[in-house]
Amino acid sequence: MGRKSRDSRRTRVAAEAGHTPSAPDSGRALVAMALAWAIPGAGHLWLGRRQKGVVFLLALPVMFALGLWLEGALAPFDPTQPLVFLAGFAALGNGVPYLLAAIGGLGEGRVVAVTFEYGNTFLIVSGLLNMLICLDAYDVGLGRK
Amino acid sequence: MTWGSAGNERTHLMASHLLVMLVFAALVSLVFAVLLKDEPVEQVRLGGLLFGAFVGTGVVLGWILFPFPL
Repeated sequence: MGRKSRDSRRTRVAAEAGHTPSAPDSGRALVAMALAWAIPGAGHLWLGRRQKGVVFLLALPVMFALGLWLEGALAPFDPTQPLVFLAGFAALGNGVPYLLAAIGGLGEGRVVAVTFEYGNTFLIVSGLLNMLICLDAYDVGLGRK
Repeated sequence: MTWGSAGNERTHLMASHLLVMLVFAALVSLVFAVLLKDEPVEQVRLGGLLFGAFVGTGVVLGWILFPFPL
């Protein structure tokens, strides 16, 4: 199926569903994405996807908390160390839990701890997963899913 | 990577590598399955598949790397 016919089909399906695919929904999608970033799962809950929202709301904060408990570190934003900078950016995906941990002085990490790298992995991966969830919430908000 | 402090020694309840891997695999599989599938049956199927793949790959890689010193 060509791009043109696919686009026209998408427009027709959206029109039959009673809404246009463009501008009016983008605000809702952006709000859902922002909520999903701030509190993992909140975007899906706001969009009425209760099951997904509850699972994300439980799983990601647990993963983040385990990362802190395993003495992982919230990586600093140090541009002289590109990998550390990327790790910091990934952990920032955790949203409000990240900010609370940073403000509360948690996540300093302990390099000599046997679980240090495990903790880092939990912190980084939970942030990256939440970024994927933000994108999914955006798609759901736009009506693509 | 080099960050974090070298503070006081603390004993860990979760020092088992296998247990940490199982918890990690379970949480990541759960999130991916719920994210990618809408039906509960499909979610369980994909989640189980991902969990098995994570754990199986980890165990196999562990045995392959076993003879190599750190």
